[in-house]
Amino acid sequence: MDLYEGLPEPVAKAWERGLTSGRAAMSRRRLLKAASLAAAGSTLAACGIPPAAGNNGGDGPEDTPDHSREEKVLNFANWPLYIDVDEKNKKKRPTLDRFERESGIKVKYVEDINDNNEFYGKIKPQLAAGQDTGRDLVCLSDWMAGRVIRQGWAQRLDPAHLPHAVTNLEDRFRAAAHDPGRQYSYPWAGTACIVAYNKKATKGKKVTSVTQLLEDESLKGRISMLTEMTDTIGLTMLDMGVDSERFSEDDFEAAIARIQKAVDRKQLRRFSGNDYMDELNSGDIAACLAWAGDVVQLQLDNPDVEFAVPDRGYLFGTDDLLVPAKARHRSNAEALIDYYYQPKVAAELAAWVNYICPVTGAKAEMEKIDKELADAPLIFPDEKMIAKGKNFRPMSAKEEARYEEKFSKLIGA
Amino acid sequence: MTAVAPPSPSGPASAGAAPPAGKDPDGAVAEAGAGRARRGLTPYWLLLPAGLWLAVFFVAPLFYQASTSVQSGSLEEGFRVTWQFSNYTDALGTYGEHFVRSFCYAAVATALCLFIGYPLAYMIALRAGRWRNLVLVMVIAPFFTSFLIRTLAWKTILSDGGPVVGALSSLHILDVTHWLGLTADDRVLATPLAVVCGLTYNFLPFMILPLYSSLERIDTSLLEAARDLYAKPSTTFRKVTFPLSLPGVVAGTLLTFIPASGDYINAQLLGSPSEQMVGNAIQKQFLNVLDYPTAAAMSFILMALILLMVSVYMRKAGTEELV
Repeated sequence: MDLYEGLPEPVAKAWERGLTSGRAAMSRRRLLKAASLAAAGSTLAACGIPPAAGNNGGDGPEDTPDHSREEKVLNFANWPLYIDVDEKNKKKRPTLDRFERESGIKVKYVEDINDNNEFYGKIKPQLAAGQDTGRDLVCLSDWMAGRVIRQGWAQRLDPAHLPHAVTNLEDRFRAAAHDPGRQYSYPWAGTACIVAYNKKATKGKKVTSVTQLLEDESLKGRISMLTEMTDTIGLTMLDMGVDSERFSEDDFEAAIARIQKAVDRKQLRRFSGNDYMDELNSGDIAACLAWAGDVVQLQLDNPDVEFAVPDRGYLFGTDDLLVPAKARHRSNAEALIDYYYQPKVAAELAAWVNYICPVTGAKAEMEKIDKELADAPLIFPDEKMIAKGKNFRPMSAKEEARYEEKFSKLIGA
Repeated sequence: MTAVAPPSPSGPASAGAAPPAGKDPDGAVAEAGAGRARRGLTPYWLLLPAGLWLAVFFVAPLFYQASTSVQSGSLEEGFRVTWQFSNYTDALGTYGEHFVRSFCYAAVATALCLFIGYPLAYMIALRAGRWRNLVLVMVIAPFFTSFLIRTLAWKTILSDGGPVVGALSSLHILDVTHWLGLTADDRVLATPLAVVCGLTYNFLPFMILPLYSSLERIDTSLLEAARDLYAKPSTTFRKVTFPLSLPGVVAGTLLTFIPASGDYINAQLLGSPSEQMVGNAIQKQFLNVLDYPTAAAMSFILMALILLMVSVYMRKAGTEELV
């Protein structure tokens, strides 16, 4: 029992004195300190972030209670400049207003997605904790939509509520690698990552390929690429003759190394999100990677801005609508998706946003609105244009983390 | 009959959030006998809001962060505490350059702020007369718009074809800065110069205001006395004004240096990939790579380094009694 058991009497007494009243005595303060440190250690160890649920087929139409009947509202998060607005009154959104009138559902439309990763960082804590994010419908790029679906944080949509969408979705969008059979997501628009340039800033020179971006001395310090890894790396790989739909680890490394060389030579000014548009407009950026729809919109204001579809292909992707787990108004969200899959509505939307329209029959409707736009290859691509568009192959979680790490080192952090 | 209790100097020890203990640590008014017990508890009640605030928004997050920094795993498998201290060494190994760069930029920006801010604060405090309030408002005015907007404005001001770059270029100043490695070719944006200028601009008011408040408190009769004793203006400044303003200098440099070294907006908007600071690296680790442990470890390293530098600085500046 005693620490000093078996010791000679005087020694034991000395020990006892020393431990209870000497310098080595465990004073109350010290005891508290030790206890709190121990507690801190064990609580620290008890922390941790649980794994994402994984897509176990749950969260189907029957799993999350749907409050659409009682609450005629829909919270819709989208990217800026990604919906039609009235020319005279920018607060009015013709197609969306019509949806509200027809369905009686009040839509709270918020343009709060500026960057896939940033937005993911914003909603992830709630998703991971199994809470409602406050958003019933969000628009994410395909690879990010894939991640959310993979983690089991998307609700399965009910095809019975989506008659138009099921019939009118263009065939080539159906076999999406990140959501086979479109159980969880429907495209809002298709995107094309291409090369854009400002004629005035390049002094009339055409810029038509990634090679030229990375190597043309006259563009030194005046080019930018995108912070979206799939777009920047994908387009660079296509330029190197690698198929972005089936690349290897070495191909990825080679693309990184190639861009790194340009960064080291200070050829690149910066990696940007959607904000490249201002600089392309002013000419601070002479040439850059850009999203086609943005450039078409920019051209309306600035005739110096041009774009080129690289001969070796462009990077094709989709921005998908999906319903996050635990969102309260799934049926309302499905109603909105279905509404936008009516050819007439889709044509109106496409005429304004200028992105690739995923809806069959919209081209015929567009001819009634604007003949020229119906022939625009970047809204309704023809066979040749479709063949040039390549997707970025889906990645496993491990691959994605590894690639993002390498890419983020490349872009300077 | 009723003895008036002597005021008990039980001023609460300043607890982080409390302002630096000033002239009157306890404004306690003497109360009569019965109130004594209650008064004994009053300081603690007064501390409660700040204490709760600190517990919820400082201690708890710090604790959580400490835990995250020694975890391992991935988002999909979950993160578990494995006491993986290699997160720290890995972060330092990979991002050492970013740490050094952050502190260099922050130090240069702080020095520039002091250089620009001191004369201005001096002018406002001792020479501005009836213009004082107006000038002060002008110093604070930029705060009426958001930090982000102000930084974005610099992009327009410094744009390649803009008047500033044109003027600097025709005066051949850009040739000098190019030679010094501060700018590249004929542009200012996306260079170290732009980032340091942005930092200086954004944190200048944090330097001016403490400087002003300590200069303004100087008893002018001391300056007159110095003159009476035949001190030259420069000697007066060196021997009287500057030493008396030291609290402001220390507070100003701290308020500038600490946020500037953690800043990431300026490097993001005004810099190129080679000017990224540690804040950018942490942000990318957290949001893009989703490697929370490394991001947490980097934040801790940043805090520790700042703490270390600040304590060395305070000791050197000999101002222990001031803060």
